[in-house]
Amino acid sequence: MLESAVKAHPRNPGTPLNLDQIESLAVNRSAVERRAATLAGRRTVKKEWQAAWLLQAIRCIDLTTLSGDDTAGNVHRLCAKAKQPVRQDLLDAMGVEGITTGAVCVYHQYVEECKKNLAGTSIPVAAVSTGFPAGLSPLRERIHEIQASVASGADEIDIVITRAHVLTGDWQALYDEMQMFREACGDAHVKAILATGELGTLTNVARASMVCMMAGADFIKTSTGKEPVNATIPVALVMDRMIREYHAATGYKVGFKPAGGIRTAKQSLDFLILMKEELGNDWLQPNLFRMGASSLLSDIERQLEHFVTGRYSAYNRHAMG
Amino acid sequence: MSKVADILDSMEYGPAPEAANLAHEWLDAHGRRFGFYVDGKWVDAGSHFASFSPSTGQEIAQIGQATSSVIDHAVKAATKAQRQWMEIGASRRTQFLYGIARQIQKHSRLFAVLESLDNGKPIRETRDIDIPLVARHFYYHAGWAKVMEAEFPDYEPVGVCGQIIPWNFPLLMLAWKIAPALAMGNTVILKPAEFTSLTALLFAEICQQVGLPKGVVNIVTGDGETGAAIVDHPDIHKIAFTGSTEVGKIIRRGTAGTEKKLSLELGGKSPFIVFEDADLDSVVEGIVDAIWFNQGQVCCAGSRLLVQEGVAEKLYGKIRLRMETLRVGDPLDKAVDIGAIVDKVQLDRIDELVRQGVLEGATIHQPNCSFPSGGWFYPPTLLTNVEPASTVAQVEIFGPVLVAMTFRTPAEAVALANNTVYGLASSIWTQNLDVAHDIAAKVKAGTVWINCTNQFDASAGFGGYRESGYGREGGREGLFEYLRPKLETTKASTAPTVKPHERTNSLDKTHKLYIGGKQARPDSGYSLTINTTNGPVEVGRGNRKDIRNAVEAADVAFLSWSSATAFYRAQVLYFFAENFEGAKAAIIESLTTTGSSDRAANLEFELSLDRILHYAAMADKYESETHQAPMRALIYTRKEPIGPVALVCPSESPLLGFLSTCLPLIAMGNSVIAIPSYANPLPAMELYRVIEASDVPGGVWNIITGTPEELEKTLADHDGIQAIWHFGSRENGEIAQRHSAGNLKQTWCLMGKSLNWQTIPSREFLRRATQIKNVWVPFGA
Repeated sequence: MLESAVKAHPRNPGTPLNLDQIESLAVNRSAVERRAATLAGRRTVKKEWQAAWLLQAIRCIDLTTLSGDDTAGNVHRLCAKAKQPVRQDLLDAMGVEGITTGAVCVYHQYVEECKKNLAGTSIPVAAVSTGFPAGLSPLRERIHEIQASVASGADEIDIVITRAHVLTGDWQALYDEMQMFREACGDAHVKAILATGELGTLTNVARASMVCMMAGADFIKTSTGKEPVNATIPVALVMDRMIREYHAATGYKVGFKPAGGIRTAKQSLDFLILMKEELGNDWLQPNLFRMGASSLLSDIERQLEHFVTGRYSAYNRHAMG
Repeated sequence: MSKVADILDSMEYGPAPEAANLAHEWLDAHGRRFGFYVDGKWVDAGSHFASFSPSTGQEIAQIGQATSSVIDHAVKAATKAQRQWMEIGASRRTQFLYGIARQIQKHSRLFAVLESLDNGKPIRETRDIDIPLVARHFYYHAGWAKVMEAEFPDYEPVGVCGQIIPWNFPLLMLAWKIAPALAMGNTVILKPAEFTSLTALLFAEICQQVGLPKGVVNIVTGDGETGAAIVDHPDIHKIAFTGSTEVGKIIRRGTAGTEKKLSLELGGKSPFIVFEDADLDSVVEGIVDAIWFNQGQVCCAGSRLLVQEGVAEKLYGKIRLRMETLRVGDPLDKAVDIGAIVDKVQLDRIDELVRQGVLEGATIHQPNCSFPSGGWFYPPTLLTNVEPASTVAQVEIFGPVLVAMTFRTPAEAVALANNTVYGLASSIWTQNLDVAHDIAAKVKAGTVWINCTNQFDASAGFGGYRESGYGREGGREGLFEYLRPKLETTKASTAPTVKPHERTNSLDKTHKLYIGGKQARPDSGYSLTINTTNGPVEVGRGNRKDIRNAVEAADVAFLSWSSATAFYRAQVLYFFAENFEGAKAAIIESLTTTGSSDRAANLEFELSLDRILHYAAMADKYESETHQAPMRALIYTRKEPIGPVALVCPSESPLLGFLSTCLPLIAMGNSVIAIPSYANPLPAMELYRVIEASDVPGGVWNIITGTPEELEKTLADHDGIQAIWHFGSRENGEIAQRHSAGNLKQTWCLMGKSLNWQTIPSREFLRRATQIKNVWVPFGA
């Protein structure tokens, strides 16, 4: 399903860097926060609609483990959960089938393990790369890391940008770096992690988003999950608006991935609603929208069981990932 | 396919209904038939009319029609209650207001659902905006009740207040009216709009629950006739009205000649100004909040989009795109942005105006949207290719209709923004601080929102300039609408004080008018004879053309005088004081010719000098304040001059009275057209040369002598004059008030009374000489 969706729109080839446009971007923080704060009150989904939307949220999850103590064992468990994210009896009750997560997301070390575990499915494997999370290892090594993951079979590469380029306004350097990463990815899709919690201002978020898209990012992603502040609705709103702007200007659709701190079913709905409102239904599909998360799934499962049974559920009733 | 699988495919929102059963139970418990809440009791109505739910067009309740005898009953109750309400003391009043706030919060959802049912506005708005603001208003004013005596020692309650509110924010407007009135020790008779009476009736139950003393709050329902009975009731001391400019003018005329205090919050055609450097995506959301909030039925709706030409098409494109995602429908659906129009009449009016706009050349854009059947719905609408001359650019549509025009420069933006008879609000969008504050100062509007719109808080006064009305609601400034200065008043004298004397002047003196900084012969070519102790003296007999010339001069002068620095104005007034002292001998002589003793003349001179120095001092010391709304924003007041102001000076104290009334206006940056004492104009006329010598710019201070018959009606009718102060006779004061309705001049008439000019309340004069603009500036790096 994912592969066919991916082919539904051409990959963003990037554009030349337009510095005038970058520097003219300005974001009014208070106004953005107001829109972000009121959105949750403007839209909601109930009953069957909520169940369906939560299933869609699962389809958009990059089920992630990025810990120093990852082993083949827990990565294996993660892959099993990606394949069967919801108890079969619940899926049967809702009359849906073929629900998997959008991808699994791991360090390079476990790419091969995941490919093996997910063989026969269409679930892509994403690898965080380029000296994740700080992105400050030598450039050559960062590029080599991408190439190694691609060689190991990674379908998607989540790179981290050099925050210093943003903080010093060196857009050319950011553009060049992103282009090199994109090139190193080859056919693998590249997600540009902006680490928005370290960029200081929403205007920087907007500018970094636009530069990365101009340099050919397939996705722009908020955070590594390691910054003190990760995916927030205001940041997502700004990035979405830049995606819309880029699409209007070039016709290319770039995906969005909030990551870090998305733990509740309600939060995942907030992000889906934001995508629908700001970008439209195309961006509710996993080829253009992902949520990087590890514990989110278990909350969604509980909500789905509540929908099916009418009783509030408990964590131990759902399989660990 | 299962339903869930279907939805998974379409990813549509689906219905999200807010349950209305408890609101219906409340209506049923009352038999869906309501009386009035008077003197702490429910009173049956003699006749009723139907109230409809706009989203279905179905009747939901029968509302009582209050007759004048009901109003009379309520006024008697409120009068009796007012004494008691003051006697229980500030702490108890605070506790009652606090109790009301708590009780509103406890029943917040019932209020929200009922309001939505009754008005047609989305539950999201009543739940997230209206009702929380109502509670906030009572909390905030509970505090003012506590500190009233300490903060306003020179003021007292007005008494019994008649309050008439509109249908667009039924409970919120009730809160804006009742909270400050009660906090300042008044009692009220409130009439909700006939379309939307229900939440006011529920509020009456809250008053009962908290044990509010009977008669403090009286809720009467009915149509315009009930409203008229309130306006006309002789024992009501204050009318507070929110509604249309048309009705506002009727009320102004109707209360002319009475001592009723009046505050009017009326219509608008508020500009929404977008500069090319603005965050355009945020601007689009601002527009949604400006014109598609409450179906555009908002007096301060940002209904006139003014956008810098270079980004206009880009912005229009973004707006059109955004309009596609607005959801119009059942107001009780939690995911609906635009609900129903309050009534069929209003729906037809919107439709008619939009058709006219298109007929006059506007390009219309409406998104594809379907409505529930039976209700009164109108789609969000954007009209481009609109020019200032178009009907839709001038008339308040009061619906979800945005008209768009372009500008080239900041100056042109201001000119277009101010090209309206209204002046309620304005929204300015730019990332440039210099531009924002500059435009905020120049736009004529009571509220300016920078990079935001339709923000409200109890701490910030709201109200209009020009024909959007006068008075403020909210903040310290709003409290004065429910306070009366403790003034020492006497009966104004009108008869000439000097009996005819033989002419003793050796050399004839020419007394002209003083217009535009020059002495001018009266247009009429006639003179009036004034009796002095030196015999008869001729002064110019001004007429309507002299008034016209003076207002033209005052209008031009206002531009530069009002934008000059306060320090500069202070310097001019100090220099005036210097020259005034230099002319002492001539001025004292002039005073003695009015029959004053040497001693009295000297005293009046010294007090006058003192007053000049006082206002010179205050010129740069009556300063702005900031408000503490619960948001990250700087909210500052600007105490702005009103414009060219007409002034009928007191007849007594011909010098001190003249200066005491002219100077606060001039110090605050107004220009004046003053009519000095009819009986004894000569001391004021003695000042021509002092004014000339003191660098007072021509046109700031115009002085016209003549007769009330020839001057006052022209002044009160003149649309170029923004306020009129009248210290003359009761009869003439009434005429001034009645004729002020034409362009809704602010009026201050003492109704034939006069002050002790030796000890006037200076701050009250300064307050009257200014109007407050609140500028909201959210910030965030």
